[in-house]
Amino acid sequence: MAEVMTKGVLLALLAAVLGVGSAAYAEEVGDFVLPSSKAAALENCVEPTEYMRRNHFELIRHQRDETVYGGIRGDSHGLSGCVACHVGYDDSGTPIEIDAEGQFCRSCHAYASVEMNCFDCHATVPRGEAWNHEVAAAHAHLTGSAAARPTAAER
Amino acid sequence: MNHETESMNQGRRDFLGAAAGVSAAAVAPGVFLHTPVANAAPRTDPVTDMHRWGLLVDTSKCADGCTACVDACDSENGLNLQAKPHGQDELKWENQRAVWIRKVKLQDNLTGHVTNLPLMCQHCEHPPCVDVCPTGASFKRADGIVMVDRHTCIGCRYCMMACPYKARSFIHEQVDHKLTRAPRGKGCVESCNLCAHRLDNGDISTACAEACSAEGHQALIFGDLKDPMGPLRKALAKTPSRQIRQDLGLNTGVRYAGI
Ligand code: SF4
Ligand code: SF4
Repeated sequence: MAEVMTKGVLLALLAAVLGVGSAAYAEEVGDFVLPSSKAAALENCVEPTEYMRRNHFELIRHQRDETVYGGIRGDSHGLSGCVACHVGYDDSGTPIEIDAEGQFCRSCHAYASVEMNCFDCHATVPRGEAWNHEVAAAHAHLTGSAAARPTAAER
Repeated sequence: MNHETESMNQGRRDFLGAAAGVSAAAVAPGVFLHTPVANAAPRTDPVTDMHRWGLLVDTSKCADGCTACVDACDSENGLNLQAKPHGQDELKWENQRAVWIRKVKLQDNLTGHVTNLPLMCQHCEHPPCVDVCPTGASFKRADGIVMVDRHTCIGCRYCMMACPYKARSFIHEQVDHKLTRAPRGKGCVESCNLCAHRLDNGDISTACAEACSAEGHQALIFGDLKDPMGPLRKALAKTPSRQIRQDLGLNTGVRYAGI
């Protein structure tokens, strides 16, 4: 139940103003959302579009420290969330690198002439996303992992 | 410097009743890390020092020639996606590619006895790599996991020189393929992070320990050094164990039995 609710809230958060499906390099500033991306179907980004255009990196940088030092990975303000939602797909359904020519991040950064080096290290397509409970459940039968055992406090 | 501050080195204080304090800490509300996998969820509060993650390696169970832990680590952390730079010498690449865990074989020349053991970052309580890092990129998380914040790492490799266990690797070239959960790029140092992405999502396991169990060897036990009733502390209580280079007083989070 909690899980369903979390997903619902996340989806709601991801709703998009950005998303009127227009191609990259469209005439109007900011219409860089790709029709094939998840973002195109949503009404709003994780924050209002105007805010995101100007401040997305503040959010990403803040989340980055939360993740590296605090281990908080599930938040919607992380870079992996940007990639998961904004990555475009080709006709065969294969994700296209988000920093490639004509793709979401690259198009806008080229337009604004701002260097982008997140992807020197970070994955450009969703691949091997962080461990989650579905994956964990699939591994639960393996002994030796302490996961399935109750804590001293619970026994 | 006081090397004896964490619970693992405080046998006497445990005896005097500090253990009660430890279990009381584990009952504190909001700590769900030990809940069964099905209820595991990504953490929303920063990690705390209520846990200290560690491993026990039973070298007598570690099989000669088995590389299950190394292979599991490689695919868990995208290390198998590294590609040899064009034209580089094969041997040089083997020495240079990033590895987080290595199999080490020791032979006692007098008796001929051979010991196999996996060696990874020992997650020192007093990590020399953190001491020497000029930028603060090499750091210890509140829960004892030592890692590199690549956003501040300048690639000077002091930490690699300081680490007594040769646990760290440097990424020499642009990396084309990487996993979302394991970023990797030219000019930064990296090492084992005890599968922090799993822990942070509420799953208390590491790829290496899981793979070792799946192979039926059970040579690796992962767990919380601060949970006296947990699987790691129970195993440690039963088996005599040591730290590698115990003389350095680093109070490592990874312990070895049978050496
Ligand atoms: S084993 Fe090496 S890399 Fe790991 S914490 Fe100790 S000094 Fe640092
Ligand atoms: S290589 Fe990076 S983590 Fe290591 S000492 Fe230098 S700046 Fe610190």
